[in-house]
Amino acid sequence: MTGVVVLFSFVAVLALVLILGNLLLKGATSINWDFFTKNPVPAGQTGGGVANAIVGTGIIVALAALIGVPIGVGAGMYLAEYGGGRFGFLVRFVADVLNGTPSIVIGIVGWTFIVRPTGHFSALAGSVSLAILMIPMLARTTEEMVRLVPNSLREAALALGYARWRTSLKVVARTALGGIVTGCLVGIARIAGETAPLLFTALGNLNFSLSVNHPMQTLSLQIYVYGTGPFEEWHRLAWASALVLMGLVLIISLAARWVTRQRYGSIR
Amino acid sequence: MAASGNTRLRLETVKLTALFGQLRAVRDVSLLFPAHTVTAIIGPSGCGKSTMLRCLNRMHELTPGASVTGEVLLDEMNIYAAGVNAVELRRRIGMVFQRPTPFPTMSIYDNVAAGLRVNGRKPGAEISESVERALQQAALWDEVKDRLHTSALALSGGQQQRLCIARAVAPQPEILLLDEPTASLDPAGTQRIEELCHALKTLYTIVIVTHNMQQAARVSDYTAFMYLGSLIEVGKTNEIFTKPKVEQTEAYITGRFG
Repeated sequence: MTGVVVLFSFVAVLALVLILGNLLLKGATSINWDFFTKNPVPAGQTGGGVANAIVGTGIIVALAALIGVPIGVGAGMYLAEYGGGRFGFLVRFVADVLNGTPSIVIGIVGWTFIVRPTGHFSALAGSVSLAILMIPMLARTTEEMVRLVPNSLREAALALGYARWRTSLKVVARTALGGIVTGCLVGIARIAGETAPLLFTALGNLNFSLSVNHPMQTLSLQIYVYGTGPFEEWHRLAWASALVLMGLVLIISLAARWVTRQRYGSIR
Repeated sequence: MAASGNTRLRLETVKLTALFGQLRAVRDVSLLFPAHTVTAIIGPSGCGKSTMLRCLNRMHELTPGASVTGEVLLDEMNIYAAGVNAVELRRRIGMVFQRPTPFPTMSIYDNVAAGLRVNGRKPGAEISESVERALQQAALWDEVKDRLHTSALALSGGQQQRLCIARAVAPQPEILLLDEPTASLDPAGTQRIEELCHALKTLYTIVIVTHNMQQAARVSDYTAFMYLGSLIEVGKTNEIFTKPKVEQTEAYITGRFG
């Protein structure tokens, strides 16, 4: 029995090792200073980098987090602290359905409600789509983290003359903060690699752009375009981009682990 | 009734009934807690003594489906009257629970100061003074004065419980409610808390719920015996334990049931 389980976990880990190894093998050689600092060159030429995609990923993900984190965490707090009634049940149900919605559908939503009315693709539309993807995830993880706070702490604060909102904020949320931050980081890592919601919204851009009102490139879109393109040079850059994106997600995940460990270690 | 004529009245319940939905956990209890005395509420598990205590600072109503009828008079004001702010009321009545509940994200100092900061901003010196006084009163000052800004979770169980007492008395409440405060402590810790009861009654009116009859006999001036939600007997502690008037009380304190 133990042998079978060990075998399965070995297979699971093997997948990750193969992916990482393959990326390193094919991408690492293309990573140099130019890759991070230069923009793409016209098709057919060699050289150039993906600075526009790296910066674009940063902007789109940051903006998505700016929109998604307050709403998602707020909704999670509500569900855990006040969500016992019919409305809470409804919110929870909708969040679960939304959690299972294919991300390409979210992209279509972004296209329908932002791209079409404004008449152009934009980074903002991409961020909103990613935020929509993130909110139900954060709501549910925040709810779980807040529920872990023992009720005795709530009672202690209330008995001390804390109002309900103050109890939620100063005692409950603070106690669950490590878990909530971890949830946010995991959510950010998840959306950083999303491609489908951006296809109809941020669209992608071969030039460097800082305007959220215009199409913007991200690493994931870059991988999609370059990976399916006809040029050997593009394939090379796609592999390198995939490696960078993977590294980015890995760093965020490690940060999440670090925050979680802080939570159980000594405080201050 | 327990109060002697010349003791100033602080807290009184009048036909107090506490419900969980339809279930009557406390039934028609009328009880007097004279100022600067310790009143122990004893009785077997599930007799409603903790629920009774939670009615005295309006914590009972926070449980979904819970309700209260009858009156609780604090200085002759019914705390269940319309217009009474339950949150402000709880600042006048401190409470300590069965298990220590230090706020895990706060230092020792911030734990004690927690109740002081709910009433708007106060100068830091004033808070420091109150924190020290509260820790002195809880007999914890000497043990923690050198590490006030370290985590409260590093304290032992007994110290944590005294910290919770310090936190409860820091805002200088008028009443102190103790809900089996030594249930999770070892004998040494229990003894310290009991000594505190004696010391603190000069400052506060204390109501203590306990499973432990020796404890009730040691710390209280008055003892009330509850059974199945009803008040069976109340009187001076030495009288309750030496010559109880009701058969059930005698049976309980001699260990024949409960």
